[in-house]
Amino acid sequence: MDYVIAALIGLFVAVGVYFLLSRSVIRMLLGVTIFGNAVNLLIFTGGRLTREVAPIVPYGQETIAGAANPLPQALILTAIVIGFSMFTFLLVLAFRTYQALDADNTDNMRLAEPEDGCRPPLSY
Amino acid sequence: MAATSTPLPQAMIQTATAAADWVVVLPMALCLMGAALLLMTRRTRMFHAGLAMLFVVAIIACETVLFMRVMADGPVSMTMGKWLPPFGISFTADLFGAGFALTSAVVTLVLLVYMQMDRAPADNRDGQFAMVLLLLAGVTGSFLTGDFFNLYVWFEVMLIASFGLIVLGGRGLQLDGAVKYGFLNFIATTLFLMALGLTYALLGTLNMADIVERAPGANPAALAGIAALLVLAFGTKAAAFPVNAWLPASYHTPPAAVSALFAGLLTKVGVYALMRALVMLFPESRDLLEPVLAAIAIATLVIAPLGAIAETNLRRAMGFVVIGGIGVVISGVALPSAEGVAGSGFYIFHAILTMTALYLVAGLVEKVTGETDTRRMGGIYAANSPLSILFIVVVLAAAGVPPFLGFWPKLLLIQAGLARLDFAAGAAIDWTGLAMALALLVNAWLTLIAGTRLWAHVFWRAGSEGDRSEHQAARVRPLSQREGWLGFGATAALTAAIVVAGLMPNLAFETARVGAADFLEPSRYIAAVGLAPEE
Repeated sequence: MDYVIAALIGLFVAVGVYFLLSRSVIRMLLGVTIFGNAVNLLIFTGGRLTREVAPIVPYGQETIAGAANPLPQALILTAIVIGFSMFTFLLVLAFRTYQALDADNTDNMRLAEPEDGCRPPLSY
Repeated sequence: MAATSTPLPQAMIQTATAAADWVVVLPMALCLMGAALLLMTRRTRMFHAGLAMLFVVAIIACETVLFMRVMADGPVSMTMGKWLPPFGISFTADLFGAGFALTSAVVTLVLLVYMQMDRAPADNRDGQFAMVLLLLAGVTGSFLTGDFFNLYVWFEVMLIASFGLIVLGGRGLQLDGAVKYGFLNFIATTLFLMALGLTYALLGTLNMADIVERAPGANPAALAGIAALLVLAFGTKAAAFPVNAWLPASYHTPPAAVSALFAGLLTKVGVYALMRALVMLFPESRDLLEPVLAAIAIATLVIAPLGAIAETNLRRAMGFVVIGGIGVVISGVALPSAEGVAGSGFYIFHAILTMTALYLVAGLVEKVTGETDTRRMGGIYAANSPLSILFIVVVLAAAGVPPFLGFWPKLLLIQAGLARLDFAAGAAIDWTGLAMALALLVNAWLTLIAGTRLWAHVFWRAGSEGDRSEHQAARVRPLSQREGWLGFGATAALTAAIVVAGLMPNLAFETARVGAADFLEPSRYIAAVGLAPEE
């Protein structure tokens, strides 16, 4: 099972990186999301996959054997919340940039780095 | 599932935390409470600036107490949620963390004063001060946390606050910079998260003190892979050479005070995390990666100031100087003797102060000339000579000319590089140390050329480029009284602090020496967290 998920993580990372290499901001956003989910899946698998027992110690006992690992779930929950808020911000930013610069293509975003910007000064 | 008969080891903290230990978390708590208060009271915006300053002063007081305590007794730790250390999230302040947190808070106070110079109370509605406090919370948390996943959370707090600050105002230029800044930094933190997942899978722990104990027993190849991922992630956050392009594309787009805040704090947190991860947590993997780190450091040291020489936009040129400083810190990670790590720590302290001052002076120059491109500047020397003095002092400090602050950490690092040379007859030459020392010298030289050349263009040249007139540029205007007191005053105070710290570097030297010892031999750190030191 772990190997299947590992292959799936690899596929997700590959798709995410492929989208991130695009010049279109919307495709980059999709890439960021898929890449983020690959990482979430990786943390989940890193905590060892079990599907038998929920990590709740029964009443009257002190330990529980073979339970799912609760820590990766907590980590992923944090990462999902953060990743979602970042994605939302970047989505709004992409829209505002489209309105302000009339550009979805990163090659056309040249305000911060103008094409004639890097000519060395003439004097001295 | 039968209950085990042997008694389980203690997992909960039974005693209350000592009141004095609260200083470890109080700085972050104050930042977050202050930001929340400012957001709640956004209708009474008259008092926002004052409130924000009040909170930062309280944070400085807390961190001074913390720093003095760490200086006297060694690292201080506090673990959250009543779970004992490897399970609960620890905040652990060692000397480097406490020192950098204190420096960051001081710089933030200066910036809050500087920001007042062109803000009317009506502007405070945009929540700028709340975001500055949140950014400070992220930075302080990153410096003081003792848990690797918690470091990621503080990185994201810092990142989202900086997103807010960079787009505030919403000009096209800022949005353009924010797209590049936002995407690349978010990818970097996602890579960091990936490394965290792998660390947990390999070691089963994310507490830094626990990682130090368990890492030597882990598979070295897997660990080196994690370390390489961390180098890429933190290298991007810190803007080290091959992954630095986002910094000069974005740092000049927000208002000067905001870019000063970014330049002073954000990249330093990235490079501090790199140091923490490689020197303290995974020293074996660092040894494996040493050639890579040395190559990154040398390339950053040499190429960044060349960018500063070629650049004509004033604040973009400053951005390249900031990147060069990152190279200096990484050279200490590549040469981890006591002197090398002390030099890196000292340099981060210096860079937090000096890079901020550099951008503050640049902001004043832009205000006086109304231009951002040095080709259209000129002749300010006659109109505002005090500003030219500040500029040249900060440039000399950044380049590391002897009496100023930047000289001491570079001296330590060059000593660390040369110490690796063995002059005994027949001994093989250690090229890494020699190349690093040379690269540091070349970096100082190129930075000096870039800085003084900017100074000559901006202040000394009579008019703008190609202008043959002997008369100074007509557009240069004097600073208003408010700008003079608040903007120039804050910059002058920070510059004076840099000069004084450069003339009396003993405290910083002592801090760097003790902090480096704790980094290289973290038994005091582990003991403070409450885990038994390794036998």
